[in-house]
Amino acid sequence: MAMEVTQILLNAQAVDGAVRKHAEENLKQFQEQNLSSFLLSLAGELANEEKPAESRKLAGLILKNALDAKEQNRKYELVQRWLALDGSVKVQIKTFLLKTLSSPGIDARSTASQVIAKVAGVELPQKQWHELIGTLLSNIHQLPAHSKQATLETLGYICEEVSPDVVDQDHVNKILTAVVQGMNSSETNNEVRLAATRALYNALGFTQVNFSNDMERDYIMRVVCEATLSPEVKIRQAAFECLVAISSTYYEKLAPYIKDIFDITAKAVKEDEEPVALQAMEFWSSICDEEIDILEEYGGDFSADSEIPCFYFIKQALPVLVPMLLETLLKQGEDQDQDEGAWNIAMAGGTCLGLVARTVGDDIIQLVMPFVEFNITKHDWRQREAATYAFGSILEGPSPEKLVPLVKVALQFMLAALMKDPNNHVKDTTAWTIGRMFEFLHGSTLDTSVITPSNCQEIITVLLHSMKDVPNVAEKACGALYFLAQGYADMGPSASPLTPYFQDILKTLYDVTRREDAGESRLLTAAYETLNEVVRCSTDETAPMVIQLLPLILRELHLSLESQKFSSDERDKQNELQGLLCGCLQVIIQKLGSSEATKQVFLQLADQMMSLFLRVFGSKSATAHEEAMLAIGALAYAAGSSFEKYMPEFYRYLEMGLQNFEDYQVCAITVGVVGDLCRALEDKVSPYCDGIMTHLLKDLSSNQLHRSVKPPIFSCFGDIALAIGEIFEKYLVYVMPMIQTAAELSVHTSGGDDDMSEYTNSLRNGILEGYSGIFQGFKGSSKTQLLMPYAHRILQFLDNLYMEKDMDDQAMKTAIGVLGDLADTLGSGAATLIQNSVSSKEFLSECLSSDDSMLKESAEWANMTISRAISF
Amino acid sequence: MAPSDHRRPYKRPAISDQQRRRDHSLLRQAQNRLDAQQRARCLASSILSLENPETDSVPDLDSTTGQEQSEVPPKEFDVRQASKLRGVEARRWFARQLMLPEWMIDVPDRLSRDWYVFARPAGKRCFVVSSNGATVSRLRNGSILHRFPSALPSGSRSRDASGTSQSYSIMDCIFHEPDQTYYVIDILCWRGYSLYDCSAEFRFFWLNSKLAESGACGPPSQYHRYRFSLIPVYNCDHNGLSAAYMGAVPYVKDGLLFYNKEAKYQTGNTPLALVWKDENCSQYVIDTDNQGNIPIQQQEHKISIDCLSKERDKMRSIYLPNSDILSLYIWNANRMKWVVLELQDDGKLNTSDDPPVAFGCLDSDFVHKSGLHSGNLLRFSIGDNGLSFMEERLDKADLCYIGKSNRARAFADSYSKIVFQHMVRHSPLKMDDFLSSITSSDDQENQLNDIEMTG
Repeated sequence: MAMEVTQILLNAQAVDGAVRKHAEENLKQFQEQNLSSFLLSLAGELANEEKPAESRKLAGLILKNALDAKEQNRKYELVQRWLALDGSVKVQIKTFLLKTLSSPGIDARSTASQVIAKVAGVELPQKQWHELIGTLLSNIHQLPAHSKQATLETLGYICEEVSPDVVDQDHVNKILTAVVQGMNSSETNNEVRLAATRALYNALGFTQVNFSNDMERDYIMRVVCEATLSPEVKIRQAAFECLVAISSTYYEKLAPYIKDIFDITAKAVKEDEEPVALQAMEFWSSICDEEIDILEEYGGDFSADSEIPCFYFIKQALPVLVPMLLETLLKQGEDQDQDEGAWNIAMAGGTCLGLVARTVGDDIIQLVMPFVEFNITKHDWRQREAATYAFGSILEGPSPEKLVPLVKVALQFMLAALMKDPNNHVKDTTAWTIGRMFEFLHGSTLDTSVITPSNCQEIITVLLHSMKDVPNVAEKACGALYFLAQGYADMGPSASPLTPYFQDILKTLYDVTRREDAGESRLLTAAYETLNEVVRCSTDETAPMVIQLLPLILRELHLSLESQKFSSDERDKQNELQGLLCGCLQVIIQKLGSSEATKQVFLQLADQMMSLFLRVFGSKSATAHEEAMLAIGALAYAAGSSFEKYMPEFYRYLEMGLQNFEDYQVCAITVGVVGDLCRALEDKVSPYCDGIMTHLLKDLSSNQLHRSVKPPIFSCFGDIALAIGEIFEKYLVYVMPMIQTAAELSVHTSGGDDDMSEYTNSLRNGILEGYSGIFQGFKGSSKTQLLMPYAHRILQFLDNLYMEKDMDDQAMKTAIGVLGDLADTLGSGAATLIQNSVSSKEFLSECLSSDDSMLKESAEWANMTISRAISF
Repeated sequence: MAPSDHRRPYKRPAISDQQRRRDHSLLRQAQNRLDAQQRARCLASSILSLENPETDSVPDLDSTTGQEQSEVPPKEFDVRQASKLRGVEARRWFARQLMLPEWMIDVPDRLSRDWYVFARPAGKRCFVVSSNGATVSRLRNGSILHRFPSALPSGSRSRDASGTSQSYSIMDCIFHEPDQTYYVIDILCWRGYSLYDCSAEFRFFWLNSKLAESGACGPPSQYHRYRFSLIPVYNCDHNGLSAAYMGAVPYVKDGLLFYNKEAKYQTGNTPLALVWKDENCSQYVIDTDNQGNIPIQQQEHKISIDCLSKERDKMRSIYLPNSDILSLYIWNANRMKWVVLELQDDGKLNTSDDPPVAFGCLDSDFVHKSGLHSGNLLRFSIGDNGLSFMEERLDKADLCYIGKSNRARAFADSYSKIVFQHMVRHSPLKMDDFLSSITSSDDQENQLNDIEMTG
């Protein structure tokens, strides 16, 4: 048997596909026949020094995958399966694993470390394997270097795997002691020191207590800083990673060390190898992130009761930090703009400079402008690019008052550079900078825009010209036009300054989408996104041009659907294109559908659009499905009841979408489209409701479906009820208990973290919208009595929500609306119930005196229906 | 424990357009859902519907209340549905949506306690709807007066009016030409919330608090083409009545409107809102045509020629309650204004009241020969014999056929209007009558008070 396992594991890595497949099937069979013995033999294989490194490693990996999965449900199943295994088998497996940590084979050790951490991840939260950490640490000082390295690595993985609350402080102290000793400069083995440094990175989340102790913290910080000076590059890099993690986890504890950290990071940025320099730079970017968050949260006013004070590290370091960053800008990579994956010190430096500008605002300008002025006209392209990048980077943060005068001058210069500069890299950055000027200094919220009637024509001419440049420059030019258009989007119905150029813009963008090389540098996406934004800001005057664009886009979609692609790469591109085209059509539909006159015109093409959308569902791409579904929702909304004729054909794709658990975004969007259909078709949607309701109910009961889809499903019940009225009767018996269960859960699941409370509120809101729709749907029918049995629980739900005192504004508004709907529909029959509820008293009166006008209006309405229900 | 990748986005917009499209869609759907909810909430409640007795579990339900409720025309008030109507249908539909005061032909009881009074501005009665970024005003006959941006909720596509919001507001207004101002006399819907079922007292309160808040009372601007204005409303006591009657207002007065404080907004004719005019507070005491012109001699002359045709003997009818007997009288030109009545299948000539009052009946032979159809609005003059009353009820009307009514006309006249017009020419109701009615009831109250105070 054991012999056999080795061979199967080796075969499973064979080059020959058939051999590989056969071996995989054998493994699967083995696992299904006897899980305990399967896992045990894998552990045995891993621990056996006689076996080939390859089979040992794979044995470990299969063992690891038997304990964990990405998908939440699968993960849960695996955990339960492991916990249910026979105790003695588990002990044997664990013994094999711990033994492997002292194996001379590095792969076997490292794999064992990972498996141990996974087992710990399952067992420690269950209060099992409590002795693990003690065992690992018991004789760490006597271990040979390679075992010590493996043990430290294991501790690191364990810290990554389990949450801090399952490891008691005593164990944390021991881990930290071992780790810091391993990191110490007295440790002569680099492998040990590296493993220790990486372990500290993972352990930082466990060390709140130790970081609050000045002596312990000083010691940890000293060891980390020393490690940044290690002769071994990997150790230096790992040490700077620790500093980055410390900067965000323990920002408020950094003050005593910041001066020293600045010195060592500055040195690393200037002199060290790039991976180390990048981490050193990242320390400052991370400090910026922290200070931006703090300043945003407290509006810049440090008050005694804010949780974390701002220490203004960036502001203090500014005079030395900025020159350091500017210097890095001159170290550009040769072709970094053509390389999607590029990330170098110049890019990181500019990014950090942008964050610094956002942190300190106006103060940055005088420090950067001399560099810009000095370099912008130099012969060396690196200097011109660095100057432009520096200028572009500081456009977000400082006040428009300070920036606008500078940008007005710079814009003229940059427009010329975009036309004439011989270097593509310079042009790329120039177009990007122009885009940033429009993003931050143009638009209806500003007093003065950098775009004026006198330069508008020139700007557009230059940008359209640049769209014919090399792909990366053209992409940035599209981006600039995107922000230019966005700035005009809020102008209202008055004549847009874009009107005279509108036709040219549409034509040029359309041409860009058809460029042979549009697939490079994300140009295709940028061109469609810009086209969308231009369409969004079209006016009554320019709408006819958008109408003319529509058949062109439909033709592109048609052509794409017709073309045969064989390689998977080509198919990916084809799917991407179809997604972009559907996205563009969605925007056009929404725009033209918003005015009665243009709506009638574009609806003449509805048949054609619909048949193309349905064909997009033939592809396998979730993104394309999502975009087509969104476009169909927009079309249904615009078409209203005449959408009915598409339902027979569309319905099966609707079902498909509602069952797509895997790509939950598609499912979520489809649920939204059901709402659109309800409002468009009203009672004509009823023939499809049996199927839709079945899928929605299945979706709700599924553990596999992402939780974010569930709140909209409850709202969707309301949409359906509102559309079909008393026909909804037949679903009540299924729907109401389900809503009720969810409602009760949503009252009590609060009190978690922000994410959880946000989710809980969105769930409440969905549930409440569902109730609202059902009440209003039944109103005026002879079946209102069917809702009477639920009234008590619903009122109780409202009361409970009110008493929990943690509803957000939206949920509150919907809740008080439900109170009104209940009174409106059930009337005098529910008068006593209503009068006995807290909601009709404290909750209502609280809402009535709210400052939020929408909430107040909902409350006034509820007040009216209640007084009517009570008075008769 | 792979090295963490601290790569940051480089030269990329922070939000992808796809995410924007998704967000836009969600926003649109949420807004549409809200609108659908609000529309549903605006529909009449079923609580009191008489076809649904099981909900009426209260045994001693006041029968008159129930009856009143069933008489209220359906309030399924969906502006967007209605906006799809065209031409005649649209005019008919909108024409039915206004509350039409009856003409005051006698002084209601408890005037000072239960009623409001205010001076009606001279101008075009219309119906202002703001929704979906535009404001439309429609005249009583349903035709559009203006389409314009306004500061009313969802009344323009300006930035802060949040173009996504499609909730609507509806107001009952009078457009006053001289200062190009919409004077708001009542409010029906505000941000999608129906106020139909609210008392006038509440509606006026709401109007006063919300209108100014919206900025609609501000001077015209790019996003707000016409100014809206509130009207001072008084309790109908001695002071209030005098203030409304004689007080200075920025507009030309056209009579006084009286609103019962408890009255809900009821479309069509209602005795709970009353209009009264005399020559001091209106230049249009004698009824005017649609354009506000007083019918002039020439028109009547022209008509008189028409009427002297050989058919003239058949063109007169006399009203006898519950009688089909037709009798014809000679029409006497130059005598009085005309009345407009709606021709029924059986030849009866009805007012616009609900239930209608029949003022006469046309001979079927005449109906055929003149090419008239049921539903036609016909003009008649009131003949020498005028209207005669018996025990305060119309007993006899001397009517002479003139011709079909102006096409813009959507309604027959109401009973109260015809009677008021008749009274104006014979025994008008005067300001003094109101004042004395108030004084007498005040006296009674004062007496009661005196008694209580001494007791």
